[in-house]
Amino acid sequence: MILHQRRMLTNRIILTISGAAALLGLVMLIWILGDVAVRGIQAINWDFFTQLPAPPGMEGSGLANAIVGTLLMTFMATLMSVPFGILAGTWLSEFGRESKIGQVIRYFSDILVSAPSIVIGVFVYLIVVRPLGYFSGWAGALSLAIIMLPVVTRTTEEMLKLVPHELREAALALGTPYWKVMVQVIYRAAVTGMITGIMLAVARVAGETAPLLFTAMNSPYWMEGLNEPIANLTVTLFNYAMSPYDDWISMAWGAAFLITTTVLITTIITRLVLHKRSRH
Amino acid sequence: MNTVKKYISGDVAFKGITLTFALGILVLFIAIIASLWHESLPSIHKFGFSFLSSSAWNPVKDDFGALISIVGTLLSALIAMLIAVPLSIGVALFLAELAPDWMKAPFGTAIELLAAIPSIVYGMWGLFVLAPLMAEYVQPALAEYLGFIPLFTGTIMGIGMLTAGLVLALMILPFIASVTRDVFLMVPNNLKEAAYGMGCTTWEVVRDVMLPYGKKGIAGAIFLGMGRALGETMAITFVIGNTHHLSASLFAPGTSIASTLANEFTEADSDIYLSSLVELGLVLFLITFIVLGLAQLWLKRGQPGGGQ
Repeated sequence: MILHQRRMLTNRIILTISGAAALLGLVMLIWILGDVAVRGIQAINWDFFTQLPAPPGMEGSGLANAIVGTLLMTFMATLMSVPFGILAGTWLSEFGRESKIGQVIRYFSDILVSAPSIVIGVFVYLIVVRPLGYFSGWAGALSLAIIMLPVVTRTTEEMLKLVPHELREAALALGTPYWKVMVQVIYRAAVTGMITGIMLAVARVAGETAPLLFTAMNSPYWMEGLNEPIANLTVTLFNYAMSPYDDWISMAWGAAFLITTTVLITTIITRLVLHKRSRH
Repeated sequence: MNTVKKYISGDVAFKGITLTFALGILVLFIAIIASLWHESLPSIHKFGFSFLSSSAWNPVKDDFGALISIVGTLLSALIAMLIAVPLSIGVALFLAELAPDWMKAPFGTAIELLAAIPSIVYGMWGLFVLAPLMAEYVQPALAEYLGFIPLFTGTIMGIGMLTAGLVLALMILPFIASVTRDVFLMVPNNLKEAAYGMGCTTWEVVRDVMLPYGKKGIAGAIFLGMGRALGETMAITFVIGNTHHLSASLFAPGTSIASTLANEFTEADSDIYLSSLVELGLVLFLITFIVLGLAQLWLKRGQPGGGQ
């Protein structure tokens, strides 16, 4: 009986600790999001979206150029990484499932997913920025694309693997070439999953700062093209938050709020779509 | 005949094109290491292996060593792991086994959202919210009760190694927790039910069935989190203090490889300065490569039927 009570007690203690840890996680989430929301919303107004950055202390300052810059670079990075990633993922799923080289590629792309993003920034600086002699939006977009690539590749592969093999066999039995089977049947069957994978990758790079520090850098002006330093939200956030001016710090909270809500909404939508699919 | 030829050549081309892009990922990986290595050569030639053990960092005299940055990287990651690993295993157990069903979804989503918040937001929150709390309450308390240990002495500033470790811990906690939860969910139900059937308590099932079954996967999750912690830039650049100085105290400011790169890369005015910074990047890449490589290996083996 004593032993039984001791076992029950241990059980209850561990359960409580574990529940407390989970509760702590939830509290931290609410705390961080609460701070970002409360301080961020104060900075957000019409000027925030429409005006250029102004010197500290000036009225009517905004981050319009940084918002446009981040959107444009993320878009370009998506254009660069998505075709690349889809083709690579297709090979992994269709031709390289069991092969040695397939396993090696899978292994290295999984490592690349978690590799330090600042090193990607150094790499792009060495191969693009220094040979050209200037920081540019293209360099920024390229480093974001490199970070997106392994994510897009691996999710494409997983999504294609979910398409039942019978579908391929049925199409092939009609005499359709494999590439046509892929384009007209398999991609169509997997398209929702592939798009969610791309959205996850976008959400991941939308908040990236480190790879932009020495590729796109930053700029207080409107861009005239991607061939020059480009203003972007994350590096602006970093510079403003580290500045001694209260109104700049407030703008930084505004930027943090904007980035966080965008990323979280994207993530939630993606989860909902994936959840719905896995239920079928 | 012609149609058959066309038929086959189309598929050969398709296979060839997709293979080219798949191999492109390996080429990219090799290109990263090769370009970092090539740019590090001046620094490697000048300092040799003593680069890794030298605590010098003097841009004026062009004398550089990686020791302080490496120690800072490892130390901040270690603090983060000490805090985050037990907590995240607790969270994962709760989400996988202990929580009543109606709680699993909201808690699970919350943890996953916490993992999606960009690291720069953690860093900023650390600087403006956590650091003042550390300076006001946590560090004075630590100094008062544990001040006999050199780790908890020195000037109280709020920012520093300890705060950096805490912010990192917060950042990797949800990450480790959600991977560990997935590992726990892979434990076959009949194993658990057999144990419950013999009268085991929940904790006994966890300790004697789930933990042994998932131990490789958990090790993988921990190393995955460690890889993140070692390479993280923005979450700690805000709060680590960014000074090239070794100190026995966790209250003192320091620097890590990633934050040194973030702060100094665009300021490097001499070739050897830039080369030393790139070599730091190479060291970081290799350290995380080893840690993440082990993580992937264990995560694959941790899956039933995957490699064992």
